[in-house]
Amino acid sequence: MSTERFELVIGLEVHCQLKTVSKAFCGCRTTFGDAPNSNTCPVCLGLPGALPVLNEHAVSLATRAALALDCTVHPVSVFARKNYFYPDLPKGYQISQFDKPLATGGAVVISRADDGTPHVIRLTRVHMEEDAGKSVHDRYREWTAIDLNRSGTPLVEIVSEPDIRSAAEAGAYLRRMKQILEYTEVSDANMEEGSLRVDVNISVRPQGSTVLGTRTEIKNLNTFSGVERSIEVEFARQCTVIEGGGIILQQTMLWDGVRGQIRPARSKEGSHDYRYFPEPDLPALVLDAAWLDAQRASLPELPETKRTRFQNAYALSGADLEQLTATQSLADAFEAIAREAGDARRAANWVTGPLLAAVNASGGSVQDHPVSASRLGALIKLEASGQLSNAAARQIFTLMATDPADPLALARREGLLKVSDDGALVGWIDDVFAEFPVEAGRFVAGEKKLQGVLVGHVMKKSKGSADPKKINQLLSARAG
Amino acid sequence: MSGLMPAGLLSLSARELATQVGDGSVDADTLLAETFARLDEVRAGPDGLNAFLTIDRDVGVHEAARQDERAADGRSADGRLEGVPVAVKDNIATLRLPTTCASRILDGYLSPYEATAIRRLRDAGARVVGKTNMDEFAMGSSTENSAFGPSRNPHDTTRVPGGSSGGSAIAVASGVVRIALGSETGGSVRQPAAFCGVVGVKPTYGRVSRHGLVAFASSLEQIGVFGRTVDDAALALGVIAGRDPLDATSEAESVPDYATAAAGTGDSRPLDGIVIGRPMEYFPASLDPRIRALTDRAAETLRALGAEVRDVSLPHTELAIPVYYIVAPAEASSNLARFDGARYGLRSAGNGLREMYEHTRSNGFGPEVTRRILLGTYVLSAGYYDAYYKRAQAVRRLITRDFANAFAQGVHALLTPTTPSTAFALGAVSDPYEMYLSDIYTVTANLAGIPAMSQPIGRIDGLPVGGQLLAAHFDEATMFRIAYALERALGEEAHR
Amino acid sequence: MAVSEHDVRNIALLARLGIADAHLPSIVEQLNGILAHMDVLERVPLGDAALDAASAQGMPLRPDANTPVPLAREIADIAPAARDGFFLVPRLATHGDGVGSEAGEDGA
Ligand SMILES: [Mg+2]
Ligand SMILES: [Zn+2]
Repeated sequence: MSTERFELVIGLEVHCQLKTVSKAFCGCRTTFGDAPNSNTCPVCLGLPGALPVLNEHAVSLATRAALALDCTVHPVSVFARKNYFYPDLPKGYQISQFDKPLATGGAVVISRADDGTPHVIRLTRVHMEEDAGKSVHDRYREWTAIDLNRSGTPLVEIVSEPDIRSAAEAGAYLRRMKQILEYTEVSDANMEEGSLRVDVNISVRPQGSTVLGTRTEIKNLNTFSGVERSIEVEFARQCTVIEGGGIILQQTMLWDGVRGQIRPARSKEGSHDYRYFPEPDLPALVLDAAWLDAQRASLPELPETKRTRFQNAYALSGADLEQLTATQSLADAFEAIAREAGDARRAANWVTGPLLAAVNASGGSVQDHPVSASRLGALIKLEASGQLSNAAARQIFTLMATDPADPLALARREGLLKVSDDGALVGWIDDVFAEFPVEAGRFVAGEKKLQGVLVGHVMKKSKGSADPKKINQLLSARAG
Repeated sequence: MSGLMPAGLLSLSARELATQVGDGSVDADTLLAETFARLDEVRAGPDGLNAFLTIDRDVGVHEAARQDERAADGRSADGRLEGVPVAVKDNIATLRLPTTCASRILDGYLSPYEATAIRRLRDAGARVVGKTNMDEFAMGSSTENSAFGPSRNPHDTTRVPGGSSGGSAIAVASGVVRIALGSETGGSVRQPAAFCGVVGVKPTYGRVSRHGLVAFASSLEQIGVFGRTVDDAALALGVIAGRDPLDATSEAESVPDYATAAAGTGDSRPLDGIVIGRPMEYFPASLDPRIRALTDRAAETLRALGAEVRDVSLPHTELAIPVYYIVAPAEASSNLARFDGARYGLRSAGNGLREMYEHTRSNGFGPEVTRRILLGTYVLSAGYYDAYYKRAQAVRRLITRDFANAFAQGVHALLTPTTPSTAFALGAVSDPYEMYLSDIYTVTANLAGIPAMSQPIGRIDGLPVGGQLLAAHFDEATMFRIAYALERALGEEAHR
Repeated sequence: MAVSEHDVRNIALLARLGIADAHLPSIVEQLNGILAHMDVLERVPLGDAALDAASAQGMPLRPDANTPVPLAREIADIAPAARDGFFLVPRLATHGDGVGSEAGEDGA
């Protein structure tokens, strides 16, 4: 089998949970992990006579997502019922949007895997819908257990055009998407808790062809690696089928992440007729132009813009740039530290190095770290001015986590400030000459190569605080 | 069964009862005792009317305790329906009595919450004494499609009471209660009101919260009220109407005191300046001449009261039944999907999930409900949606425009017969479509969302005939003003 | 337009209504009797009524607050089968990632 002969064509549907206190159509909590069916009410249980009322904040979050993704947000959109039977879908229909979605168009820009050039992934649409509940199959032998805590949780579904050409691009697209959703505070975009779930539409065609092949859909992937691995496996499968003279059936595939296998979902022919029609319980969603403008104005600086600005303002690039703009909070922290330190390059090294190492080790966030931006900035300033060696500065940084004293005071207390005043240095040199008379004698007699050894002894004596440049000057003066 | 007009407290109007219970001149428990005695009387015997499915004999004790609680909380009682017994159609959620929709699939189902309309009735002091029989899931026009047996017309027990809110109409007509709640999707309050000789009101779509009304056809239905008189109905509607944050289709339109609309109806020409349209499509050559004559008499009466009566045309009227029987089943097929045996109600076991669904639903739903679910599923299915559902909604807009045009031409209300016939015999109509045609004059108001009501305007061979008034969106006040005047002017003629 | 037995079987499947084969002919006849009356709609000139003009007013929204309508009864009191707070339904076939598909449907 040779996948080289084929081009891979991928479109993604991302379901993203909106960060609201209550559900899309009722006042139940959206918290994760509570006792089964404890966050339910007549509406999300689908009890007879219950009616949906749309959550205002869900609308603004979905709108923010659409605006951040550069979509056209429509002043009038319409909810529709998607009808199908499933035990965790309590009403027998999902309230979604169909022919009049909240937003259409838009784009996400990724970097090409090979040369890093920008690649635009166009979006088809962004619409609002509610989540289903959870079916638990492995708890009881004869039963499937239904928990409707998640039923009615507000989602946005973000559908891309088939513009993605590899598993790596799919991964890059999802990471960008997640970043935008986090920046705009639309979603926690937490895959472990299921707040970001992905359906992959995938087809192949001979290289150079412009006709789309028959696609399959891999449903409900909830890890980045699952998305990437399942695409590789399905790509290979489709290539093999076609090379063997077979045809691809349009069907839903299921990914078994444990076995790394893909297989078709069992489903009856013709049972997928969702009978969409406008939700009669909800009038149209009408968004006022002034409100939309206010939403647009309240968007934060988006990752793409921030990357460009950081590149220009701080001369950052490559991995540092990616890392420092990964989250809004890290970017903010970096900017604050760089401002305090007055040296962006050095600040970048400190943030990507010791600070992130400490934060990762503690499992907290940059904001929670006990060394504030102003204290870290002050420390970096000491290093930049030559008063502290990098090693000494790192030592002090560690102490600062538990000691609220300012870095200069700590450096003094620990004797880690670089000593460059002649009196102290001359004293240490005298001591060294007294302790190592043979080496000192040979050095004074002209054996230059012993200077390094003597500097080392002096540094040791000073516990690292001596300024090595100054020691070298003083020693050179003694070597006749 | 004795006469339909009981003596004693039950002969007092809802307004009189509320006032007298409120000022202590009538004892609420005595009133309830008389109500239950009357209820038992009309239930007894082989000809029992089968109006009530369940009865709450402890409602007095329970509501008294609740009122004490409210008083302790410093909340003043509303009192507009203080102590007034009310019957409620069994598709409106109540906490103390089951809500079955007269379906096996909800047999014994106790709702964990109550409808907004019920809460408002109770907050105003009303006593929900029982839940009434109906066509299963409100699908029908005779109350014969009940899983718990048909109801009977109190004027002739061999005949149907109409439907789907037949039980509530009977409860009022037989003198058990002055006020009952029903629900309307295509005439389910007005048609039984006409057949049983009482007043029935279908408010503007969005006037009364649907929260707690078990959905059949969401875009068409409203909770409606029955009264023995126009004032009973007006009083009840005033209590339950108004915006509810739990129903996104309920409107914030202010609710006037409909009784003040009656002010001046004692004058000799209380309807001076009112223009009433007589839509010619509702008076075809084929109309029963006796019904035509009674409707014409009502028109003459209105003229004598000062109203101008003029002919108007609503040209798309004949399309109303086909439109209705696409839109209503389509919505029903989706609304009734939730009855799947998974979370509440009937479950019939089967081999695996799909069989459990199919057994539950085929055992739980009766033939008319099954028929409408199939019809609705079909008209929404791939390839047919545009030809049926989408097209029906477009024609529905034409029907709505017909009314808007009439009202734009200075017409305040329309007068028509409520039904093309009087109550028919039990079992007489077996063809589904023929049964659908019994709503031919009422479905238009549901499709257009406008308010409409039926009131007694005379009898044919002892059977009541209803006259229908229709008004513009949220103009129930004008509709009631005309109804009050007509009721007063017709007097006993309305029941002869 | 008219429905066939095949159509009715298909819509009965979609609607999860078990219909015995013996009943199919009479149901087909009833549905076609009703559908015949719908054909009149095909001939109606729609004009601009064909366009679905959404109301300018739009829907009322609710504030994002934890204010559910309380339940006066427990799940176990209303459910045909419940355990440990879960509703129970006949077990579904499962797949590696826990997505059941016996019902031939898929979520979200
Ligand atoms: Mg979706
Ligand atoms: Zn809820």
